[in-house]
Amino acid sequence: MKFWAKAALAILPALLLIGCGTSGEVKEEIAGGAGEATEVTTGEGASASTRGAGEGAGMMGERMGGGAEEAAAAAAVLDPLDDPNSLLSKRVIYFDFDKSDIRSEFRDILNAHAEYLANNPSVNVTIEGHCDERGTREYNIALGERRANAIKRMLTLQGVAASQIRVISYGEERPVALGHNEEAWALNRRGVIDYQR
Amino acid sequence: MCKVKNVLLPAAILMLSLLASTTHAALYIEITKGVEVAVPVAIVPFKWKGPEPKPPQDIAEIISNNLARSGRFEPLPRKDMLARPDSDSDINFKNWRLVDSDYLVVGNIDYLGGDRYKIRFRIYDVFKGKQLDGYMMSVSGTRLRRAAHHASDIIYEVLTGEPGAFNTEVAYVTASGAGKERRYTLWVADSDGYNAQALMNSREPILSPAWSPDGKYLAYSSLEDNGHQVVFIQEVASGRRQLVSSNLGLNGAPAWSPDGKRLALSMSKDGNPEIYVIDLASKKKRRLTRHWAIDTEPAWMPDGKSIIFTSDRGGRPQLYRVPATGGKARRLTYEGNYNARAAVSPDGKKVAMIHRHNGNFRVAVLDLESGYLRVMTDGTLDESPSFAPNGSMILYATSSGTRGVLAAVSVDGRVRQRLTVQEGDVREPAWSPFNK
Repeated sequence: MKFWAKAALAILPALLLIGCGTSGEVKEEIAGGAGEATEVTTGEGASASTRGAGEGAGMMGERMGGGAEEAAAAAAVLDPLDDPNSLLSKRVIYFDFDKSDIRSEFRDILNAHAEYLANNPSVNVTIEGHCDERGTREYNIALGERRANAIKRMLTLQGVAASQIRVISYGEERPVALGHNEEAWALNRRGVIDYQR
Repeated sequence: MCKVKNVLLPAAILMLSLLASTTHAALYIEITKGVEVAVPVAIVPFKWKGPEPKPPQDIAEIISNNLARSGRFEPLPRKDMLARPDSDSDINFKNWRLVDSDYLVVGNIDYLGGDRYKIRFRIYDVFKGKQLDGYMMSVSGTRLRRAAHHASDIIYEVLTGEPGAFNTEVAYVTASGAGKERRYTLWVADSDGYNAQALMNSREPILSPAWSPDGKYLAYSSLEDNGHQVVFIQEVASGRRQLVSSNLGLNGAPAWSPDGKRLALSMSKDGNPEIYVIDLASKKKRRLTRHWAIDTEPAWMPDGKSIIFTSDRGGRPQLYRVPATGGKARRLTYEGNYNARAAVSPDGKKVAMIHRHNGNFRVAVLDLESGYLRVMTDGTLDESPSFAPNGSMILYATSSGTRGVLAAVSVDGRVRQRLTVQEGDVREPAWSPFNK
């Protein structure tokens, strides 16, 4: 187990390089490798950040490559992710107290992200689940994960590969609104789609 | 500020003095609610019998502060003492009846050479005019505070019949700074807030510190791996730590078995959070729950035979109990629509939890025998109850204004204290077991 994890860590940079602009199959290997490496690097503290930086750099290289091709095909076409008028610019959806059901008003937003991700299998996202401050912290971490998983399910049902999605939960630990009232709580009960680019 | 109902003992409000000591208190403790009739005691300053300089700690003051903090005693101010006998003196009980002290503690400290001190003290019943007990202990200068806590435990037990829990520690987490400067720190301090030591610093949240039964290790969950929740065990003395669970998904809410050999925790590697027990020697995992719901926050019964946990399998979070070897989970709480984060009393008779009460989240205690649930606190967002090892108090997190603070309530609900740090939010308290 440990050996395999270390081996995965050792070949990770190579996989990331291969991953840039090639097939989806290799992409899946990367996701698996990164997951394994995560377990090991956590115990060794400092090296965890090295892994993160490597991954980030890989993604960056990929996106710039794609952008260059697009620019050659049709000049000045805005990446839909950067278009403020696109539904894709909306990356946060909100939940009811102690609930993880996707509210109907957010379906169009998720559908837009699902379509984009399904058409761009090399693009990865991290989905963060969050809660308001009420209730207990560990339960809220679990509830945040359930919210993030609800979003993930909506996306994968529409053809997004599970390997494109990383799910994490911050529970009540990362509020965006600091008040102690329903207005603040409603803003904090959220799922965030974070494009890794 | 904190809403204080029934301040019955405003005179007992106590601030630990920063100037009086070389070791600063990281936590300030004040009594926010005392008992109607706290027992008046006189703790006479212990006479120093050695050469100058005097020892670095004022033993009688530490004892006095401890007894006041319990809410059950009201120590006599030094300025009201008519005499200052020590443990070698004849006691004139009239001096203490005049100032209405029920009990009297006198003592002295001798210098043994090197860094060694000898503490002697006697406990008297003023009205009967007789000695209840007498003790002698020799300690090094660095352990004088600890000796004072030990003496407090003895005095508390002589006077109440129950063991004291002053010679113990408290683990907690602070959060400070905003945005990119946000930092989380795991601390261990003496139960009176002194000698705080940082065990772990992180940019990401630290949750659920849990003491091993021998008091040597803390298990906790941390989001330090880019938001991925993992569980560590850290040795308090050395700071050395070991990653014990980092499966895909959540790894959280660790709880030591009473024999210290296993760790119960919640993991979502199967798709949703389930309760697992890890054997720490063999690393073998046993899955205790099988349900699509959230199963988290395990707490062991003191006999190690069953585990209480939070589950929303009934639609809302409630407490359930499952055999530690696995089997059918039975629901334990029925009152209200939110009961979570159980803590079991050391005698196994009571379960403290976070209970939603009129829209507020408060500490409630369920009596397992009678099934009676009692709300103990008056906060709006109380969290993380933890019993003192003698079962006398429940430590918990609450909020004061916009800051997180710690508070403690006696198990009978009559005494309440608040503990604040100098800056930042404090949360996730865990009271240590007895020092061995």
